[in-house]
Amino acid sequence: MAIIKIKRPQLTIAEKLYLPAVIKGLSITLGHAIRAVLGKTPGAKRNFNSSGMGITMQYPETKWDDQLPDYYRGVPALVTDEKGRERCVSCQLCEFICPPKAIAIIPTEIESDDPWAKVEKRPQEFDIDMTRCIYCGMCEEVCPEQAIYLRQDYAMTGLSRAEMVNDKERLYEIGGVREGLVNKWNDIK
Amino acid sequence: MDPAILFLILTTAVKIVVFTFVFTLPIIAYSTYAERRVSSIIQDRVGPNRVGIPLTLFGAKKDIPFAGLLQPLADGLKAFLKEDLVPAHVRKFFFWIAPALTAAPAFLCICIIPFGSSITVFDQPVKLVIADIDAGPLFVFAIASLSVYGITFAGWASNNKYSFLGGVRSCAQMISYEISLGLSLIPVLMVFGQLNLSDIVHSQADNGWTLLPLWNEHGSVFDAAYWQNCKEQWLLMIPLTISFIIFTTSIFAETNRMPFDLPECETELVGGYHTEYSSMKFALFFLGEYAAMIVGSAIIVTLFFGGWSLGFGLDTAISNMALGGLLHILIFLTKVIAFVIFFIWVRWTVPRFRYDQLMKLGWVVFFELALVNIFITAGIIMLLN
Repeated sequence: MAIIKIKRPQLTIAEKLYLPAVIKGLSITLGHAIRAVLGKTPGAKRNFNSSGMGITMQYPETKWDDQLPDYYRGVPALVTDEKGRERCVSCQLCEFICPPKAIAIIPTEIESDDPWAKVEKRPQEFDIDMTRCIYCGMCEEVCPEQAIYLRQDYAMTGLSRAEMVNDKERLYEIGGVREGLVNKWNDIK
Repeated sequence: MDPAILFLILTTAVKIVVFTFVFTLPIIAYSTYAERRVSSIIQDRVGPNRVGIPLTLFGAKKDIPFAGLLQPLADGLKAFLKEDLVPAHVRKFFFWIAPALTAAPAFLCICIIPFGSSITVFDQPVKLVIADIDAGPLFVFAIASLSVYGITFAGWASNNKYSFLGGVRSCAQMISYEISLGLSLIPVLMVFGQLNLSDIVHSQADNGWTLLPLWNEHGSVFDAAYWQNCKEQWLLMIPLTISFIIFTTSIFAETNRMPFDLPECETELVGGYHTEYSSMKFALFFLGEYAAMIVGSAIIVTLFFGGWSLGFGLDTAISNMALGGLLHILIFLTKVIAFVIFFIWVRWTVPRFRYDQLMKLGWVVFFELALVNIFITAGIIMLLN
């Protein structure tokens, strides 16, 4: 086996003394510190809403909101359409696909005197446990009725586990009305 | 009791309380804050900027953040309220005594540091130093090196291989750098010809700081008489600068600061000698480390940067003012804080030494250099006389 002799770099006297290198290092950190205080470091100049101290975004004062990409996956919520119909037909596909089993649906039948009786079913209870949700977006992907969407909200807080469960009412409140969806039920008599 | 002795006891007691609890402890607390803020500025971060008056607890809409200036208080409170865990496998006696042994010597050294010139109380001059003894630097060396016991005990009593390695490293490192620390100071003492720190500062006020001889008894840089009489000062600057570099580096090593923080060395030894410590015991180690850093910078300032003196022959005028002594204290504390920030600045610039490099630097470079430096100084002094 060949022996490879590593050639050590030849240091000049200034490098061997170590002190000039320390002074050089000190000047580099001092220069960077001055630029950081003036808000001129590369991090502070980026496009994010940085507070001017490096790239750090100081959360409650500066927020992500206008920087979020369209594909951002936040809190899942239910939507209603232009006619105020709740789009969920409680097929429970989202409940079955949900990897962490965060969704719990209790289906119920729509009464025969309801204008949307032809849809047949709607959820009686629709709970999403936000302590379990992993924001994977599979519920949105699997939904045949375009009823559940991941919104751009990300600040879900609560003081207890019960508060972190979004019930049906809260889900419609977050989701709101979504227009321009496929409305196949309008044509069915 | 003799009123003179009573006066001495009372003034000394007041000085102890004021210098320790009013000056040094807050500076220690805020040097931890400064450490975090300065490091965050150097590293493009924000640092602690939130802890202020928590008005939201009392129903107000917003807190007053004060740029996080109350962070040290919150840290201290946290250290007091945390569980004081003593693991089952430690040697209890040494485990308990080690933190106190680390912190106490650093605080003891405060007593010989001249914080200011003197103030007049009841028509009697009171020197602003707790103990005006004629063995200043020697006292510091004797006491400060005791803190190695605390760290070694902590490392050994913890009964943990990382702590033990930290303790052993600390022991070797402190003993090695003690030598260059002492030897590097001899040229300074040769130039001043005495060991009393108050008198050393006085002579610096009159004849220019050790490392900045911009004035002497003939006037300052603006006078022609100065330039005819300043040759020896500038000649002595050469060995004194070498002294300063060795002394400052050794102080870094003695206080276990970066780049010599091998006893703690998070990346290799978890936390080094204080791995097993929690709560206020850990806080005492922390306190001791920062106190040592502040005492170290105070001694550097006293010996090399004129202590409390402002220089340029202005000090007699300040001393004659009504509260001139207090102004001198302010000047001194400003210099010390500047040096503490220098310590922090170095910490976040220079990476840690390897252990063999550390030993080589101490024994092969600094020890010899300090020895040779003594002869250089002696030669220069002989030439000038």
